[in-house]
Amino acid sequence: MIRVLTPLPVLLPLLGAAAALLVGGRHPRMQRTLSVAVLTAVLGVSIALLLLADSEGAAALSVGGWPVPLGVVLVVDRLSALMLVVAAAVALGVLVFAVGQGAADGDAETPISIFHPTFLVLIAGVANAFLAGDLFNLYVGFEILLTASYVLLTLGGSAARIRAGITYIIVSLLSSVLFLAAIALVYAATGTVNMAQLAGRLAELPEGTQLLLQSMLLIAFCIKAAVFPLSAWLPDSYPTAPAPVTAVFAGLLTKVGVYAVIRTQTLLFPGGALDEVLMWAALATMVVGILGAVAQTDVRRILSFTLVSHIGYMVFGISLASTAGLAGAIFYVVHHIAIQTTLFLVAGLIERQGGSTSVNRLGGLATASPLLAVLYFVPAMNLAGIPPFSGFIGKLGLLEAGVADGGWLPIVLVAGGAVTSLLTLLAISRVWSRAFWRPPTQSPADDTSDAAAADAGPDLSPEPLPSPVEEQEPAGEKQPAGAALGDRAEARRAAWQRHTAVATASTPATDGLGNDERPGRPLRPLPRVMVASTAAMVVVTVGLTALAGPLYGIADRAAGDLRDRGPYISSVFGDDGAVP
Amino acid sequence: MTPTVVLPVVIGVLYAAGVYLLLDRSLTRVLLGFLLLGNATNLLLLSTGGPSGLAPILGYAEPEEMSDPLPQALVLTAIVITFGIAAFVLAIIYRSWRLVRQEVIEVDEEDRRVARRSGTDADEIDPDDLAPEDRAAMHADTFAADNEVEATLARHYAGIASDDVDLPPTDRHLK
Repeated sequence: MIRVLTPLPVLLPLLGAAAALLVGGRHPRMQRTLSVAVLTAVLGVSIALLLLADSEGAAALSVGGWPVPLGVVLVVDRLSALMLVVAAAVALGVLVFAVGQGAADGDAETPISIFHPTFLVLIAGVANAFLAGDLFNLYVGFEILLTASYVLLTLGGSAARIRAGITYIIVSLLSSVLFLAAIALVYAATGTVNMAQLAGRLAELPEGTQLLLQSMLLIAFCIKAAVFPLSAWLPDSYPTAPAPVTAVFAGLLTKVGVYAVIRTQTLLFPGGALDEVLMWAALATMVVGILGAVAQTDVRRILSFTLVSHIGYMVFGISLASTAGLAGAIFYVVHHIAIQTTLFLVAGLIERQGGSTSVNRLGGLATASPLLAVLYFVPAMNLAGIPPFSGFIGKLGLLEAGVADGGWLPIVLVAGGAVTSLLTLLAISRVWSRAFWRPPTQSPADDTSDAAAADAGPDLSPEPLPSPVEEQEPAGEKQPAGAALGDRAEARRAAWQRHTAVATASTPATDGLGNDERPGRPLRPLPRVMVASTAAMVVVTVGLTALAGPLYGIADRAAGDLRDRGPYISSVFGDDGAVP
Repeated sequence: MTPTVVLPVVIGVLYAAGVYLLLDRSLTRVLLGFLLLGNATNLLLLSTGGPSGLAPILGYAEPEEMSDPLPQALVLTAIVITFGIAAFVLAIIYRSWRLVRQEVIEVDEEDRRVARRSGTDADEIDPDDLAPEDRAAMHADTFAADNEVEATLARHYAGIASDDVDLPPTDRHLK
């Protein structure tokens, strides 16, 4: 049973992508239904896989019936099944959000036919990376998801996205080349790329060779996971993409890197040779990342930096190399995928409601949309690790594991983790107090319409043509030097009216400055589907708190499997453990 | 079936040249660098199969005379991936060229802005006190800058379509 289901999380999205491409732009409705149906099926299969893997243990499928060390092997164990479930769940939530956004922006008239197929290919790549039983298949999985992500990140091809995409693409290419070179060296040293077989053979190599291979793999994965100092690419490339794309990238893609690091440190190189290096990297990632978040003024960039920062917690758990540490890391990965995706979706809603993502421009959102305030507040508190949310449980598990380790460095990391948690609270409560509670009269109202135009990037609709420069004066000259104070007050009053108009959702908002609203993005009530999918994601994150007991149990057992290595290897080579 | 010294030397030279090109600001050179790195890695992968032998076809050669077929299969996959991504990067470079008439990696304005900031906590700043360009976070100003470049170009080269790549005016020409 489990072997039948194993290839489906890869196959279904790939076939779905092909079908979605075929129906394409002519039947956008059918395309949307198709991709939602495919992802729902993937979610169902993943849940079944998790239940089976948890009750029956790991299983391996040799694709094409090749004898085991030769062919491509897909392996499901508790860790990969758990990752699949979370990935499918957030992907589904994000896809529904994107459908809602597309409907709200009038995609029915000008549909982008490549978004859905590319999104499905991305999910296929993620699933392939989680299931891969050999290093080269892991590489192929990475390449599938990266290539899809290049397309998604540069969707629409506006200047800002192209620039962000170039950074992202070049960094990803470099890490891929490094990964491929590492695979070549691993093969040269051991004569295999099958991970279960490598687990035995790598241990026989000289220590220096092992260290070289391990560090090459770790560097390649740490670039993908955005571990400091290999994280600088992330805050530059994620924020410009459309909101659903940023959400799924932030949630999933870095965690695929973390997953690969977990496999490297437990299955391939369990000796713990680089644990201390990883601990320092984890500390630096947490502290530097969150200091970056505190310095930012844009909601998306703040979230991107907290994303980098919280990767540090997971690396911390991995580097402890204890069952408790790994269990904490796995639980934290699950929690963080859901929470970060949700927050980026909320950021998309904030932008839609407030016309900007800069906390310097936003204001009065709590009045304008109390529901949005709740949707932001709950996951934000969860991210900061306020009890009783799952973020608190995950952090507590990690800090306990750090204290239990007993060394001085883990204690330093525990302190660093606590400080990071507090600074996270500072960064997100700044957004809370300024964007949601500051009266709009305090925000610089004179450039709100300008701001809406300038932030026009993140949506799925094709970019509007830039207006001629003659009309779009630089913001500095917007207010002539001798502008009467009355103008300004007038503008603020207009902004206030607009916010209240949005809040009551009865009258269409007027600008009050004589400028037309940017076409296609009038300030109006948030589209229901977008709000509903975001609310569903918030419910999922709260559900992680309610289900924390069973979930932590699975994470604990998965960590036990990882430390043992036996279940993984015997699932590939049979119970007699005859590793060729 | 003799090992050769040519392959390691070629791989080394390709890696060196690839890294050198990758460090350039010009995107075309970055792409060339990536291609060289990809080829170097493919050769490295190929050379892990050991000394060269006969083609690994059953019935054509004895198994002990054959080359290792696995690295060849891996290399084929890697070549296809490199090829596809190179095509995509080329498209991106062309798009970048059409948009801003330059294909170099731009300075990140947001980093500069954060670096310029004083030690004051952001909460203590009244946005109204800030210079207008500092209020804009993100890359809000780049849109204006791009528009500006496009508009200036349109004035300077009135008769030329904006995606005409024969005449390469960069922003150096504009000042």
